[in-house]
Parts: sequence; structure tokens; C-alpha cells
Amino acid sequence: MEKVDTSVRSEQKGTPMTDTTSNTAVLDTEFAGLETRDAHAWFGDHHALAGVSLQFPARSVTGLIGPSGCGKSTYLRLLNRMHEFIPSAAMAGEVRLHGQDIYAREVDPAAMRLKIGMVFQKPNPFPAMTIRENVLSGLKLAHIKVDDDEALMEKCLTRAGLWKEVKDRLDASGGSLSGGQQQRLCIARSLAVEPEVLLMDEPCSALDPGSTLRIEETIKELAEKITVVIVTHNMQQASRVSDYCAFFLTDGGPGYLVEADKTRTMFTTPNDSRTADYVQGKFG
Amino acid sequence: MSMQATPTRPWEKEKTARRNNGLTLLLGALIAYVVVLFTGFAGPDGWAVVLFALAAAFTLFRNRSLSTKERKDSRARLLIAAASVIAFAPWISIFVSVAFKGVKGLRPNFIVSDMRTTTPDDFLDMGGAAHAIVGSLLMVLIATVITLPLGILSGLYITEVRGRFSGVVRVVIQSMSGVPSIVAGLFIYTTFVDATGTFSALAGALALGILMLPTVARTSEEVLKLVPDDLRSAGYALGARQWRSTLIVVLPTVRSGLITAGLLGVARVIGETAPLLATALSNTSFVFNPVSGPIGSLPMYIFGMLQIGTENSINRAWTGALVLLIVVFGLFTLARYVAGKDKR
Repeated sequence: MEKVDTSVRSEQKGTPMTDTTSNTAVLDTEFAGLETRDAHAWFGDHHALAGVSLQFPARSVTGLIGPSGCGKSTYLRLLNRMHEFIPSAAMAGEVRLHGQDIYAREVDPAAMRLKIGMVFQKPNPFPAMTIRENVLSGLKLAHIKVDDDEALMEKCLTRAGLWKEVKDRLDASGGSLSGGQQQRLCIARSLAVEPEVLLMDEPCSALDPGSTLRIEETIKELAEKITVVIVTHNMQQASRVSDYCAFFLTDGGPGYLVEADKTRTMFTTPNDSRTADYVQGKFG
Repeated sequence: MSMQATPTRPWEKEKTARRNNGLTLLLGALIAYVVVLFTGFAGPDGWAVVLFALAAAFTLFRNRSLSTKERKDSRARLLIAAASVIAFAPWISIFVSVAFKGVKGLRPNFIVSDMRTTTPDDFLDMGGAAHAIVGSLLMVLIATVITLPLGILSGLYITEVRGRFSGVVRVVIQSMSGVPSIVAGLFIYTTFVDATGTFSALAGALALGILMLPTVARTSEEVLKLVPDDLRSAGYALGARQWRSTLIVVLPTVRSGLITAGLLGVARVIGETAPLLATALSNTSFVFNPVSGPIGSLPMYIFGMLQIGTENSINRAWTGALVLLIVVFGLFTLARYVAGKDKR
């Protein structure tokens, strides 16, 4: 199932990457330290994802695009070991963070997930907690002590673009917010533990256009400091928010990576004709 | 576009229709009264039958002017209303008769005095069941303290740990709920009472705990199943270990449900008599030490008073039953209040 060149690029952190053999992108930026090598995923007997090798550029937004069922969400969940919570799940290949395979036996998944946070499709603030408690919940969950949690909370809410709206009702329940606000609360919550990478699984699919726009602005601001990987069904969103795009596809079998490149290139002059067809809305 | 409008409620019935309905009700009550007075339909049962017959007659009468669909609808509504009244009637009947018969003995002394210096046949202004109330609460409290954590933990084992023995644990708990209460009492008698050599509140609480556990565990499991997996995922994605996520995310989310689980357990056992016969026995005076020997309880008080069989002692039994009902209601209200303080 090797339809894609999966050659591995330089893994030295900070080295501009060059790639002379691959038909996938030459991502001319600092490497974030997160990459996958020949990653596969299964659900029981169902081979959901095959042979994905990809490196994520630092401090940028990488969009994972492709039609339904092409394995992009599965791939995202491989990146911080959320995949393994599905009882029948299995995987192969490597996911490396700063050269360390996060699936290695000696790796503590909980500690690893602190570095690679996640925002889910459906806003899921903790219903039994206030807005303040929700933002700081990660610290409590992971036993982290900070000197000034009020300042941290304000910083996270500000970065998530929610501070102005909630600063007067921090002790209200997280469930009292609108859907878009709840999703930004979830973003603030995942920022509080200061992850290096933030994975977002269709974060706007349950939201109205206004909220979507707010969150897209938030994502762009976040990318100044951290690395964002976002799954989206929405081509316009991918073109608006992402710096790089990776296009996934399935031919009925397992999903695979077609190509990855700068978003502008992917939307104008992609290497693969299927990418062109997809981004122009000819299928999917 | 006009900026002025009068608010109306087109979906509500017209005033005349409402007045007609009211008049119909009044007429129905009058007819029912006459029927009950002058025919064989007497007492509450007679009233119920007559009123239901009238309601049915009116419904069918009104149906003439309705379309087929509306007619079907109104007939179904009548049937459902009748069924819910029938289901509700025994409960009302029990409560009303206990209240009527029990209120006679419900005097201040009943809830502050014990029976140490009073015989069951003394006048109702002497003696009381305070020792029984204290005993019941003490035993139920101990049983809850033992059972609630165990029940919640076994619920957690099934829903969160999802260990290899989840299925076994579930089946064992289910079959435990079929244990006859007297067997629970005898079990504690042969193990605990024999070993300690004395009846005690602790023994009673253990027997009650055996009966409580299945209810608490089953309810906890059901409640924990309602926690969306999304919340667990969110916890893990924030770098939490499972026990931490369970403690901080899962349990607080279903706090009110877990309180309900405890409450259902309490309601299950607070009126139990059989398991106490062989474990706590009864007493006529206050006992506060859970290991110091026989202790009174409301069910045993009721049982004992009924056995004496004199007029005053039977009155005391009814009052005991009323107090038991009030205690259960009080606990329900308290638990609802505590659970209602959830941040939602």
C-alpha cells in the first residue's frame, strides 16, 4: 500500500529540511520535532491507515484534509496515543517526538500527552467545573503546581480569545457558555499545561460560522508559539488557517497520505492530480 | 411593519370552553356525590369507580364532535390517565392510612422519649420511639459508610477499569440483590454475632449493608455509564492518569447520581425488619455505642408493638410507621437538596 514516497527527512531539530527524492513536500521550515514514520492503524481487522510518513513544521498550522473515512482523524489520534483507548485498536510504525518514539515501552503516555494536547470535535468542557476550574483542570489532573494560577488562567483565556467574554463570570459553569465559547474554553484548557503541539480534530464542525472564524483567528495566533495540527473537512477553512496541508485519501482500502506541501502550493499547483480534484471540490 | 401588537395565545382553549369544562367537572362531582350517597358505591373505592366512570362517559360524550384522529387521541389519553391513577393509588392509599392512623400517637414525647420506663400499653402521652429512630439512623449510617464506597468502587471497576472480571462482578452483584433479607441476617448472625458474642448495631449495619450493596453498585454503574467518553478522553488528553481523571472528572460529573445511588440503598434497607431480628435485636432504651449490645430500630419497634396487640401499642406501631415514612422523605429531600447544589 505504498502509493506515497515515505522517505524520511532530516531529523535534526532546527535544520532546514531538504528533500530531493520525495514527491511530498519540502517543508522549508524548522522541524517541530514531531514526525511519523510508516504509521499504520487498525480497528480489529479493519486496516484504517497505511504507511503515513510526515514531519510537522514548527510554529505553523498543518491541515489534514481528505474525504470522510480516509483516516485523517485516526492519524491525528495516533499522534498523542488517543488511538489506543479504542479496545480493538492496533498500530504499526513510529511516532517520534524529538527523536523519541512515543510508542516505546519506556514512554509514559500521560506525560507525553502533556506535550501533545488535543481539542476534540465536540466541545467537551467538564460539566462539574466552573470556567476557572476548567481552564486550570489540566494542572490538577497532571499534578502540576504553578505560582500564579490566576495569571495563567487569564493568559490562556486571552490566547483562546475568550477572556473578554468570560472575565466577569469565571465562576459560572462551563456548560453555561455557547458552543463556540465552550470550544474556545477547551482550547484554553489545553493551553494551560503548555503543550508543544496542539492537535485539533475538526474543532469547528459543530459550530456556527461566526464562532468558526473566531477559532480560526485563535489558531493562527497560537501558531506563533506552538505547532498546530488540525483535521478539517472544510477546504475553505484549510486554505484560510493552515500553512501546510497533508492530503489523505482512500481507495476503499486503508487511508494513505497522497501528498503534503505548503497550503498555497496544494491549492494551486499540487503534484498529484487527485489533490487538485479534491481541493477544487470535484469529489469528496 | 407595525411596531404595535397585542400578545395572544392562539394555542390555548377559549374562555367559554374553559368555563364549560369547569362546569362539567362540577356537575360530574355533584353526580358522583349523589351516586355515592344513594347507591352501593360507598367509601373511597366507590368514589374512585364513580369518578372514573363519569370521566369516561364525558370523554366519550365529547368525542361525538371530534374527528376520528382526535377521538383516538382523547381515548388514549383517558386510558393512560386511568392507568397512572391506578398505579399511583396504592401509594396514596398507604400514605393516607398510615398518616391517619399514626397521627394519633405523634406527640412530642414520641420523638424524644424511649420506652425504658413506659410499657407499650401506657397512654400515648408517655414513652416514645426516639431510641428506635436513633438506632435506625445509626445502623443505616454505618451501613452507608461501609456500602457506598464499596458500591461506587465496584461500579468504577465495571465502567472505568473494565477489568477482566467485570462481567463476573456484575453477575455476582445482580444475584446478590436476590438474597432474601433474612438470609443476610442469619449470615451475619453465624459469622459476626457468634464471633463477638453479642447483638449489636454494627452487626445490624453489616446485615443491612449486604442488602444495600447490590442497589448501590447497580445504580452507581448505571450512572457512571452516562458519563460521555468525550470527558474521559479530554482528561487523558490533558495528561491525566486514569485514577486522576476518574477522581477529578468522572466522579464529580455524576455526583448527584451517586448520591441518588446511596439514597436508593438507604431507602432499600431502612424499613427492613428481618435482618435485624438476628443481628441488632431490639431495645427499649437509647443505645449510641454501635458495639455495646442490642439496639432498637423503627422496624423492630413497629414489629414489637404490633406483637403486643393492645390498642395503645398498635397505635404506637402506626405512629412508628408514620415516623419511618417521614424519615425516608426527610432523607430524600436532604439528598435532593445536596445533589441540587451541583454547578450546572
